[in-house]
Amino acid sequence: MNLPLAAFYVCAAILVLAALRVITARNPVHAALWLVLAFFTAAALWLLLYAEFLAVTLVLVYVGAVMVLFLFVVMMLDISFDKLREGMWRYLPLAGGVGLLMALEMALVVGSREFGPQAAPSPGAPPAGHSNTKELGRLIYTDYVFPFELAAVVLLVAIVAAIALTLRRRKQTRYQDPSMQLAATKAGRLKIVKDAPAGAGRAAEGNAE
Amino acid sequence: MIPLNHYLVLGAVLFAIAVAGIFLNRKNLIVILMAIELMLLAVNMNFVAFSHFRADPAGQVFVFFILTVAAAESAIGLAILVTLFRNLRSINVDDLGSLKG
Repeated sequence: MNLPLAAFYVCAAILVLAALRVITARNPVHAALWLVLAFFTAAALWLLLYAEFLAVTLVLVYVGAVMVLFLFVVMMLDISFDKLREGMWRYLPLAGGVGLLMALEMALVVGSREFGPQAAPSPGAPPAGHSNTKELGRLIYTDYVFPFELAAVVLLVAIVAAIALTLRRRKQTRYQDPSMQLAATKAGRLKIVKDAPAGAGRAAEGNAE
Repeated sequence: MIPLNHYLVLGAVLFAIAVAGIFLNRKNLIVILMAIELMLLAVNMNFVAFSHFRADPAGQVFVFFILTVAAAESAIGLAILVTLFRNLRSINVDDLGSLKG
């Protein structure tokens, strides 16, 4: 057995184990950490396919951003997860049956000889000096420039939606209204009263007593 | 070298695990979101494998876009989850019936 194949089997085993732990972990924090392991292992598998840029992107974007977001939310919410888990194993026969059936069906199709080493020979390692990042960059900024800009718009929409959904205005908090501040005039703030004549104030005090 | 069908079967197994995870954690919204991430990872695995074996980098560009959309999806999904928890004090899927769907 050659070295890449051995590396593939080790990584695939770790990936499947991590995926199984993600869906069965008792604590969602542990599930998120197992998912981090799954993404790392998938990045290693993509390195075996010479997709260096995407492997690094997967670690940076998923492990660095998305999974941290998941962990942040899981730890922020105060939930009793045991209540959510009750009756979980009742669905094990259904889940296992559907999962096994799907895996078997797909394995029969994609594991056939049509995708085997004879029908789809590996092109092997790219030539020396070949840059995966450079090639992807050339494609993204030429042939796929319009979808690339659309992806940027999708991210912008996601930012706006996430902020709009979670922004909360508290009633107790005092806010400034700049337009009202700017519209204030002297007449609205300052009232000049005539000084009362001498003795009037003293009479008023006497009445008050 | 590693044949193509190894990668495809691995992607299929990963996808099936994610589907089983949605069935198992039927009540827990957070784990459902994680299972969706696993599904997208399985799809990306197939894209990268085909991209390598057909010597066509366009497949990797598609993975790039899937990563973008998945990041946006999880950000909005978690924002909805936080809003939901603030209003209902629960993330149980069974409690979400306000739309009477």
